Amino acid sequence: MALVEIRDVHKTFGKVEVLKGVSLDVEEGEIVTIIGRSGSGKSTLLRCINALESVDSGEIRVEGQKVHAKMPDLKKFRQRVGIVFQAFNLFPHLKVERNITLAPLLTGRIEKAKARALAEDVLTRVGLADKIDAWPEQLSGGQQQRVAIARCLAMAPHLMLFDEVTSALDPELVGEVLKVMEAMAKQGMTMILVTHEMGFARNVANRIVFMHQGRVWEQGPPAKLFANPETPELASFIASAK
Amino acid sequence: MNFLPLWRYQNQLIEGAIVTLELTVISALAGLVIGIAGAVALKGRITPLRWMVRGYIELFRNTPSLIQIFIVFFVLPTFGLKLPAFEAAAVALSLYFGAYSVEIIRAGLDSIPRSQVEAGQCLGLSGWQVFRHIILPPALRNAYPAVTSQFVLLLLGTSLASQVAADELFHVAGFIESRTYRSFEVYAVICAVYFAIAMSFKALFAVIGLAAFRWPRRR
Repeated sequence: MALVEIRDVHKTFGKVEVLKGVSLDVEEGEIVTIIGRSGSGKSTLLRCINALESVDSGEIRVEGQKVHAKMPDLKKFRQRVGIVFQAFNLFPHLKVERNITLAPLLTGRIEKAKARALAEDVLTRVGLADKIDAWPEQLSGGQQQRVAIARCLAMAPHLMLFDEVTSALDPELVGEVLKVMEAMAKQGMTMILVTHEMGFARNVANRIVFMHQGRVWEQGPPAKLFANPETPELASFIASAK
Repeated sequence: MNFLPLWRYQNQLIEGAIVTLELTVISALAGLVIGIAGAVALKGRITPLRWMVRGYIELFRNTPSLIQIFIVFFVLPTFGLKLPAFEAAAVALSLYFGAYSVEIIRAGLDSIPRSQVEAGQCLGLSGWQVFRHIILPPALRNAYPAVTSQFVLLLLGTSLASQVAADELFHVAGFIESRTYRSFEVYAVICAVYFAIAMSFKALFAVIGLAAFRWPRRR
Protein backbone atom coordinates (compact mmCIF):
# COMPACT_ATOMS: atom_id res chain seq x y z
CA MET A 1 0.00 0.00 0.00
CA ALA A 2 1.34 3.39 -0.95
CA LEU A 3 1.67 6.04 1.76
CA VAL A 4 -0.40 8.47 -0.30
CA GLU A 5 -3.06 7.22 -2.71
CA ILE A 6 -4.89 9.75 -4.85
CA ARG A 7 -7.74 8.38 -6.96
CA ASP A 8 -9.51 10.35 -9.67
CA VAL A 9 -9.71 13.59 -7.67
CA HIS A 10 -11.82 16.45 -9.01
CA LYS A 11 -11.91 19.94 -7.55
CA THR A 12 -13.76 23.02 -8.73
CA PHE A 13 -13.43 26.61 -7.53
CA GLY A 14 -16.55 28.46 -8.66
CA LYS A 15 -16.77 27.69 -12.35
CA VAL A 16 -13.14 26.70 -12.79
CA GLU A 17 -12.35 23.02 -12.62
CA VAL A 18 -8.84 23.01 -11.19
CA LEU A 19 -8.35 19.26 -10.80
CA LYS A 20 -9.87 17.08 -13.52
CA GLY A 21 -9.37 13.55 -12.30
CA VAL A 22 -5.94 13.31 -10.74
CA SER A 23 -4.56 9.93 -9.68
CA LEU A 24 -1.18 9.51 -8.06
CA ASP A 25 0.56 7.16 -5.62
CA VAL A 26 3.47 8.13 -3.41
CA GLU A 27 5.41 5.36 -1.68
CA GLU A 28 6.99 5.66 1.72
CA GLY A 29 10.42 7.31 1.53
CA GLU A 30 9.77 8.67 -1.95
CA ILE A 31 10.57 12.22 -3.02
CA VAL A 32 8.00 13.34 -5.55
CA THR A 33 8.24 16.69 -7.24
CA ILE A 34 5.21 18.20 -8.93
CA ILE A 35 5.99 20.66 -11.68
CA GLY A 36 3.82 22.55 -14.11
CA ARG A 37 2.69 26.00 -15.14
CA SER A 38 0.82 28.20 -12.69
CA GLY A 39 -2.84 27.29 -12.75
CA SER A 40 -2.14 23.66 -13.53
CA GLY A 41 -3.58 22.63 -10.15
CA LYS A 42 -0.40 21.51 -8.42
CA SER A 43 -0.76 23.65 -5.29
CA THR A 44 -4.44 22.76 -5.00
CA LEU A 45 -3.56 19.07 -5.17
CA LEU A 46 -1.04 19.54 -2.38
CA ARG A 47 -3.58 21.39 -0.22
CA CYS A 48 -6.08 18.59 -0.77
CA ILE A 49 -3.63 16.03 0.61
CA ASN A 50 -3.83 17.52 4.12
CA ALA A 51 -7.48 18.58 3.81
CA LEU A 52 -6.88 22.32 3.57
CA GLU A 53 -9.14 21.98 0.54
CA SER A 54 -11.82 19.32 0.24
CA VAL A 55 -12.15 17.32 -2.94
CA ASP A 56 -15.41 17.33 -4.91
CA SER A 57 -15.12 13.71 -6.01
CA GLY A 58 -12.59 10.93 -5.97
CA GLU A 59 -10.62 10.15 -2.85
CA ILE A 60 -7.30 10.69 -1.16
CA ARG A 61 -5.89 8.23 1.34
CA VAL A 62 -2.86 8.79 3.52
CA GLU A 63 -1.58 5.73 5.39
CA GLY A 64 -4.80 4.04 4.33
CA GLN A 65 -6.98 6.66 5.99
CA LYS A 66 -9.43 8.59 3.86
CA VAL A 67 -8.72 12.32 3.98
CA HIS A 68 -11.43 14.96 4.05
CA ALA A 69 -12.14 18.17 5.92
CA LYS A 70 -14.68 16.54 8.23
CA MET A 71 -12.68 13.42 9.09
CA PRO A 72 -13.10 12.65 12.79
CA ASP A 73 -9.43 12.82 13.74
CA LEU A 74 -8.40 15.64 11.43
CA LYS A 75 -6.19 17.22 14.10
CA LYS A 76 -4.31 13.97 14.74
CA PHE A 77 -3.99 13.42 11.00
CA ARG A 78 -2.48 16.87 10.46
CA GLN A 79 0.08 16.25 13.16
CA ARG A 80 1.39 13.43 10.95
CA VAL A 81 1.45 15.50 7.75
CA GLY A 82 3.67 18.58 7.78
CA ILE A 83 3.22 21.37 5.28
CA VAL A 84 5.55 24.26 4.53
CA PHE A 85 4.16 27.26 2.69
CA GLN A 86 5.57 29.75 0.23
CA ALA A 87 5.06 32.61 2.71
CA PHE A 88 6.67 30.80 5.71
CA ASN A 89 3.68 31.66 7.95
CA LEU A 90 5.68 31.83 11.15
CA PHE A 91 3.77 33.30 14.06
CA PRO A 92 5.18 36.85 14.36
CA HIS A 93 4.31 37.27 18.04
CA LEU A 94 6.20 34.17 19.17
CA LYS A 95 9.94 33.70 19.36
CA VAL A 96 11.50 30.95 17.28
CA GLU A 97 11.48 28.50 20.21
CA ARG A 98 7.78 29.07 20.91
CA ASN A 99 6.91 28.90 17.20
CA ILE A 100 8.34 25.40 17.24
CA THR A 101 7.10 24.17 20.62
CA LEU A 102 3.58 25.65 20.58
CA ALA A 103 1.94 22.80 18.70
CA PRO A 104 3.87 19.93 20.36
CA LEU A 105 2.93 21.37 23.77
CA LEU A 106 -0.71 22.15 23.00
CA THR A 107 -1.31 18.77 21.38
CA GLY A 108 0.34 16.98 24.30
CA ARG A 109 3.12 15.49 22.18
CA ILE A 110 5.82 16.54 24.64
CA GLU A 111 6.11 17.78 28.21
CA LYS A 112 7.05 21.32 29.05
CA ALA A 113 10.42 20.31 30.49
CA LYS A 114 11.48 18.79 27.17
CA ALA A 115 10.23 21.60 24.94
CA ARG A 116 13.42 23.59 24.69
CA ALA A 117 15.50 20.50 23.97
CA LEU A 118 13.10 19.61 21.16
CA ALA A 119 13.41 23.11 19.69
CA GLU A 120 17.20 22.91 19.90
CA ASP A 121 17.16 19.51 18.21
CA VAL A 122 15.05 20.48 15.21
CA LEU A 123 16.80 23.84 14.85
CA THR A 124 20.13 22.05 14.73
CA ARG A 125 18.78 19.94 11.89
CA VAL A 126 18.07 23.09 9.87
CA GLY A 127 21.31 24.77 10.98
CA LEU A 128 19.74 27.51 13.10
CA ALA A 129 20.41 26.45 16.69
CA ASP A 130 21.74 29.93 17.46
CA LYS A 131 18.42 31.58 16.49
CA ILE A 132 16.29 29.88 19.13
CA ASP A 133 15.62 33.14 21.00
CA ALA A 134 15.12 35.36 17.95
CA TRP A 135 11.84 36.86 16.78
CA PRO A 136 10.79 35.73 13.27
CA GLU A 137 11.03 39.32 12.03
CA GLN A 138 14.72 39.37 12.90
CA LEU A 139 15.44 36.52 10.48
CA SER A 140 16.06 36.55 6.75
CA GLY A 141 13.50 34.89 4.49
CA GLY A 142 15.66 31.80 4.11
CA GLN A 143 16.08 31.50 7.86
CA GLN A 144 12.35 31.97 8.43
CA GLN A 145 11.61 29.20 5.96
CA ARG A 146 14.08 26.90 7.70
CA VAL A 147 12.37 27.64 11.03
CA ALA A 148 9.05 26.79 9.37
CA ILE A 149 10.55 23.45 8.31
CA ALA A 150 11.89 22.89 11.83
CA ARG A 151 8.44 23.67 13.22
CA CYS A 152 7.02 20.85 11.08
CA LEU A 153 9.82 18.48 12.04
CA ALA A 154 9.01 19.01 15.71
CA MET A 155 5.74 17.17 15.11
CA ALA A 156 7.70 14.16 13.73
CA PRO A 157 5.54 13.95 10.60
CA HIS A 158 5.32 10.84 8.43
CA LEU A 159 4.94 12.95 5.32
CA MET A 160 6.08 16.45 4.38
CA LEU A 161 4.42 18.70 1.82
CA PHE A 162 6.27 21.70 0.38
CA ASP A 163 4.26 24.32 -1.48
CA GLU A 164 6.67 26.43 -3.56
CA VAL A 165 8.76 27.01 -0.48
CA THR A 166 11.54 28.89 -2.26
CA SER A 167 9.41 31.06 -4.54
CA ALA A 168 9.25 34.02 -2.14
CA LEU A 169 12.98 34.00 -1.40
CA ASP A 170 15.75 36.15 -2.78
CA PRO A 171 17.86 34.00 -5.14
CA GLU A 172 20.85 33.93 -2.80
CA LEU A 173 18.70 32.46 0.00
CA VAL A 174 17.20 29.61 -2.01
CA GLY A 175 20.24 27.34 -1.64
CA GLU A 176 20.18 27.14 2.17
CA VAL A 177 16.55 26.01 2.16
CA LEU A 178 17.09 23.43 -0.58
CA LYS A 179 20.08 22.06 1.32
CA VAL A 180 17.91 21.44 4.39
CA MET A 181 15.32 19.70 2.24
CA GLU A 182 17.98 17.58 0.58
CA ALA A 183 19.23 16.47 3.99
CA MET A 184 15.69 15.51 4.98
CA ALA A 185 15.33 13.53 1.78
CA LYS A 186 18.53 11.62 2.54
CA GLN A 187 17.15 10.73 5.97
CA GLY A 188 14.25 8.96 4.31
CA MET A 189 11.43 11.48 4.82
CA THR A 190 8.57 11.03 2.39
CA MET A 191 8.22 14.34 0.60
CA ILE A 192 5.86 15.83 -1.96
CA LEU A 193 7.01 19.15 -3.37
CA VAL A 194 5.51 21.69 -5.66
CA THR A 195 8.43 23.65 -6.99
CA HIS A 196 9.91 25.71 -9.77
CA GLU A 197 13.42 24.64 -8.78
CA MET A 198 14.25 22.40 -11.72
CA GLY A 199 17.74 21.73 -10.38
CA PHE A 200 16.30 20.35 -7.17
CA ALA A 201 13.69 18.35 -9.04
CA ARG A 202 16.38 16.86 -11.24
CA ASN A 203 18.92 16.05 -8.52
CA VAL A 204 16.92 15.08 -5.44
CA ALA A 205 13.54 13.79 -6.55
CA ASN A 206 12.85 10.10 -7.27
CA ARG A 207 10.00 11.03 -9.52
CA ILE A 208 8.75 14.04 -11.39
CA VAL A 209 5.05 14.59 -11.91
CA PHE A 210 4.18 17.08 -14.63
CA MET A 211 0.73 18.56 -14.19
CA HIS A 212 -1.06 20.30 -17.01
CA GLN A 213 -4.62 21.64 -17.16
CA GLY A 214 -5.64 19.90 -13.96
CA ARG A 215 -4.31 16.48 -14.90
CA VAL A 216 -1.19 14.42 -14.36
CA TRP A 217 0.14 14.84 -17.87
CA GLU A 218 3.32 12.83 -17.61
CA GLN A 219 5.43 11.32 -14.86
CA GLY A 220 8.61 9.36 -14.36
CA PRO A 221 12.18 9.44 -13.06
CA PRO A 222 13.80 12.87 -13.51
CA ALA A 223 16.58 11.69 -15.81
CA LYS A 224 14.13 10.19 -18.27
CA LEU A 225 11.55 12.96 -18.04
CA PHE A 226 13.96 15.83 -18.57
CA ALA A 227 15.92 14.09 -21.32
CA ASN A 228 13.03 12.56 -23.25
CA PRO A 229 9.70 14.26 -22.55
CA GLU A 230 6.95 12.29 -24.27
CA THR A 231 4.43 15.12 -24.61
CA PRO A 232 4.96 18.41 -26.43
CA GLU A 233 3.49 20.24 -23.40
CA LEU A 234 6.24 18.95 -21.11
CA ALA A 235 8.90 19.61 -23.72
CA SER A 236 7.82 23.21 -24.06
CA PHE A 237 7.55 23.59 -20.25
CA ILE A 238 11.10 22.30 -19.79
CA ALA A 239 12.34 24.58 -22.52
CA SER A 240 10.69 27.60 -20.93
CA ALA A 241 11.88 26.72 -17.42
CA LYS A 242 15.52 26.70 -18.40
CA MET B 1 -11.09 84.13 41.12
CA ASN B 2 -10.74 82.28 44.39
CA PHE B 3 -9.95 78.58 44.73
CA LEU B 4 -9.67 78.65 48.51
CA PRO B 5 -13.34 77.82 49.27
CA LEU B 6 -12.86 74.53 47.42
CA TRP B 7 -10.13 73.35 49.72
CA ARG B 8 -12.45 71.94 52.37
CA TYR B 9 -14.10 69.75 49.73
CA GLN B 10 -10.91 68.00 48.78
CA ASN B 11 -12.04 64.67 50.29
CA GLN B 12 -15.26 64.71 48.28
CA LEU B 13 -13.23 65.49 45.16
CA ILE B 14 -10.88 62.61 45.78
CA GLU B 15 -13.77 60.24 46.47
CA GLY B 16 -15.50 61.45 43.31
CA ALA B 17 -12.36 60.82 41.31
CA ILE B 18 -12.10 57.31 42.75
CA VAL B 19 -15.71 56.55 41.80
CA THR B 20 -15.02 57.87 38.30
CA LEU B 21 -11.98 55.61 38.07
CA GLU B 22 -13.94 52.59 39.32
CA LEU B 23 -16.77 53.25 36.92
CA THR B 24 -14.34 53.61 34.01
CA VAL B 25 -12.24 50.53 34.75
CA ILE B 26 -15.19 48.24 35.54
CA SER B 27 -17.10 49.32 32.43
CA ALA B 28 -13.98 48.99 30.29
CA LEU B 29 -13.16 45.47 31.49
CA ALA B 30 -16.75 44.27 31.14
CA GLY B 31 -17.01 46.02 27.78
CA LEU B 32 -13.82 44.38 26.58
CA VAL B 33 -15.18 40.94 27.42
CA ILE B 34 -18.36 41.85 25.51
CA GLY B 35 -16.15 43.12 22.70
CA ILE B 36 -14.15 39.91 22.31
CA ALA B 37 -17.21 37.68 22.64
CA GLY B 38 -19.19 39.85 20.22
CA ALA B 39 -16.35 39.92 17.69
CA VAL B 40 -16.10 36.13 17.81
CA ALA B 41 -19.88 35.89 17.33
CA LEU B 42 -19.69 38.29 14.36
CA LYS B 43 -17.10 36.09 12.71
CA GLY B 44 -18.96 32.91 13.65
CA ARG B 45 -21.39 30.85 11.64
CA ILE B 46 -24.52 31.25 13.76
CA THR B 47 -26.60 33.67 11.72
CA PRO B 48 -29.23 34.66 14.34
CA LEU B 49 -26.41 35.38 16.80
CA ARG B 50 -24.66 37.59 14.22
CA TRP B 51 -27.89 39.53 13.71
CA MET B 52 -28.31 39.98 17.43
CA VAL B 53 -24.78 41.30 17.85
CA ARG B 54 -25.22 43.57 14.83
CA GLY B 55 -28.47 44.92 16.29
CA TYR B 56 -26.84 45.48 19.66
CA ILE B 57 -23.93 47.40 18.10
CA GLU B 58 -26.18 49.64 16.01
CA LEU B 59 -28.54 50.26 18.93
CA PHE B 60 -25.82 51.37 21.32
CA ARG B 61 -23.74 53.31 18.84
CA ASN B 62 -26.66 55.28 17.44
CA THR B 63 -28.41 56.39 20.64
CA PRO B 64 -27.23 58.84 23.32
CA SER B 65 -25.41 57.14 26.17
CA LEU B 66 -27.23 59.39 28.60
CA ILE B 67 -30.52 57.80 27.56
CA GLN B 68 -28.94 54.33 27.83
CA ILE B 69 -28.06 55.09 31.44
CA PHE B 70 -31.57 56.44 32.08
CA ILE B 71 -33.18 53.35 30.66
CA VAL B 72 -31.13 51.03 32.85
CA PHE B 73 -31.75 53.19 35.93
CA PHE B 74 -35.37 54.32 35.48
CA VAL B 75 -36.98 51.84 33.10
CA LEU B 76 -35.58 48.44 34.08
CA PRO B 77 -37.06 48.70 37.62
CA THR B 78 -40.54 48.49 36.08
CA PHE B 79 -39.45 45.06 34.81
CA GLY B 80 -38.25 44.10 38.25
CA LEU B 81 -34.54 44.89 37.84
CA LYS B 82 -33.71 47.67 40.24
CA LEU B 83 -30.08 48.76 40.31
CA PRO B 84 -28.40 51.46 42.43
CA ALA B 85 -27.05 54.47 40.53
CA PHE B 86 -23.44 53.29 40.28
CA GLU B 87 -24.37 49.77 39.17
CA ALA B 88 -26.91 51.04 36.66
CA ALA B 89 -24.35 53.41 35.16
CA ALA B 90 -21.75 50.63 35.08
CA VAL B 91 -24.12 48.31 33.23
CA ALA B 92 -25.10 50.96 30.69
CA LEU B 93 -21.50 52.13 30.13
CA SER B 94 -20.27 48.54 29.79
CA LEU B 95 -22.80 47.95 27.05
CA TYR B 96 -21.85 51.25 25.43
CA PHE B 97 -18.12 50.49 25.55
CA GLY B 98 -18.80 46.90 24.47
CA ALA B 99 -20.63 48.04 21.33
CA TYR B 100 -17.59 50.00 20.17
CA SER B 101 -15.17 47.29 21.30
CA VAL B 102 -16.88 44.64 19.18
CA GLU B 103 -16.18 46.59 16.00
CA ILE B 104 -12.63 47.48 17.02
CA ILE B 105 -11.74 43.91 17.95
CA ARG B 106 -13.47 42.49 14.88
CA ALA B 107 -11.27 44.75 12.76
CA GLY B 108 -8.28 43.47 14.74
CA LEU B 109 -9.25 39.86 14.07
CA ASP B 110 -9.80 40.65 10.38
CA SER B 111 -6.26 42.02 10.18
CA ILE B 112 -4.78 38.57 10.81
CA PRO B 113 -4.17 36.84 7.47
CA ARG B 114 -5.97 33.59 6.71
CA SER B 115 -2.58 31.94 6.19
CA GLN B 116 -1.84 32.23 9.93
CA VAL B 117 -4.99 30.25 10.69
CA GLU B 118 -4.02 27.63 8.12
CA ALA B 119 -0.53 27.34 9.56
CA GLY B 120 -2.04 26.66 12.97
CA GLN B 121 -4.56 24.14 11.63
CA CYS B 122 -1.81 22.34 9.74
CA LEU B 123 0.07 21.82 12.99
CA GLY B 124 -2.95 19.94 14.34
CA LEU B 125 -4.28 22.69 16.63
CA SER B 126 -7.97 22.97 17.46
CA GLY B 127 -10.08 25.95 16.46
CA TRP B 128 -9.94 27.34 19.99
CA GLN B 129 -6.16 26.87 20.21
CA VAL B 130 -5.65 28.65 16.90
CA PHE B 131 -7.84 31.52 18.10
CA ARG B 132 -6.31 31.82 21.54
CA HIS B 133 -2.62 31.40 20.64
CA ILE B 134 -2.28 32.50 17.03
CA ILE B 135 -5.02 34.99 16.15
CA LEU B 136 -5.85 36.78 19.38
CA PRO B 137 -2.45 38.18 20.50
CA PRO B 138 -1.59 39.95 17.22
CA ALA B 139 -5.25 40.95 16.75
CA LEU B 140 -5.25 42.62 20.16
CA ARG B 141 -2.07 44.42 19.30
CA ASN B 142 -3.63 45.81 16.15
CA ALA B 143 -6.78 46.78 18.04
CA TYR B 144 -4.93 48.23 21.02
CA PRO B 145 -4.52 51.89 19.92
CA ALA B 146 -8.23 52.16 19.04
CA VAL B 147 -9.30 50.45 22.27
CA THR B 148 -7.22 52.81 24.38
CA SER B 149 -8.58 55.94 22.72
CA GLN B 150 -12.09 54.54 23.15
CA PHE B 151 -11.20 54.01 26.80
CA VAL B 152 -10.46 57.72 27.21
CA LEU B 153 -13.82 58.55 25.64
CA LEU B 154 -15.40 56.19 28.16
CA LEU B 155 -13.60 57.94 31.01
CA LEU B 156 -15.00 61.29 29.88
CA GLY B 157 -18.41 59.70 29.30
CA THR B 158 -18.70 58.53 32.90
CA SER B 159 -19.64 62.13 33.77
CA LEU B 160 -23.08 61.25 32.37
CA ALA B 161 -23.61 59.00 35.39
CA SER B 162 -24.01 62.19 37.44
CA GLN B 163 -27.49 62.47 35.95
CA VAL B 164 -28.66 59.44 37.92
CA ALA B 165 -26.82 60.78 40.97
CA ALA B 166 -23.90 58.33 40.96
CA ASP B 167 -21.25 59.91 43.20
CA GLU B 168 -18.65 60.37 40.53
CA LEU B 169 -16.50 63.41 39.86
CA PHE B 170 -18.95 65.51 37.90
CA HIS B 171 -21.74 64.86 40.37
CA VAL B 172 -19.45 65.94 43.20
CA ALA B 173 -18.62 69.08 41.21
CA GLY B 174 -22.29 70.01 41.02
CA PHE B 175 -22.61 69.50 44.73
CA ILE B 176 -19.59 71.70 45.54
CA GLU B 177 -20.77 74.37 43.14
CA SER B 178 -24.18 74.51 44.79
CA ARG B 179 -22.47 75.06 48.12
CA THR B 180 -19.79 77.57 47.10
CA TYR B 181 -21.24 79.28 43.99
CA ARG B 182 -17.69 79.11 42.55
CA SER B 183 -18.70 77.75 39.14
CA PHE B 184 -15.58 78.66 37.24
CA GLU B 185 -13.21 77.43 39.92
CA VAL B 186 -15.06 74.16 40.47
CA TYR B 187 -15.24 73.26 36.80
CA ALA B 188 -11.68 74.36 36.17
CA VAL B 189 -10.51 71.99 38.89
CA ILE B 190 -12.72 69.15 37.63
CA CYS B 191 -11.45 69.65 34.11
CA ALA B 192 -7.89 69.49 35.34
CA VAL B 193 -8.64 66.27 37.23
CA TYR B 194 -10.22 64.62 34.16
CA PHE B 195 -7.29 65.78 32.07
CA ALA B 196 -4.76 64.43 34.57
CA ILE B 197 -6.53 61.07 34.80
CA ALA B 198 -6.78 60.78 31.02
CA MET B 199 -3.12 61.64 30.50
CA SER B 200 -2.10 59.20 33.24
CA PHE B 201 -4.01 56.44 31.53
CA LYS B 202 -2.38 57.27 28.22
CA ALA B 203 1.04 56.94 29.83
CA LEU B 204 -0.01 53.72 31.54
CA PHE B 205 -1.32 52.28 28.27
CA ALA B 206 1.91 53.13 26.52
CA VAL B 207 3.85 51.19 29.17
CA ILE B 208 1.41 48.26 29.09
CA GLY B 209 1.62 48.23 25.30
CA LEU B 210 5.40 48.03 25.37
CA ALA B 211 5.33 45.23 27.94
CA ALA B 212 2.55 43.18 26.35
CA PHE B 213 3.48 43.51 22.69
CA ARG B 214 7.20 42.99 22.57
CA TRP B 215 7.53 41.31 19.21
CA PRO B 216 8.92 43.48 16.41
CA ARG B 217 6.51 44.94 13.89
CA ARG B 218 6.47 43.65 10.35
CA ARG B 219 8.94 45.64 8.29
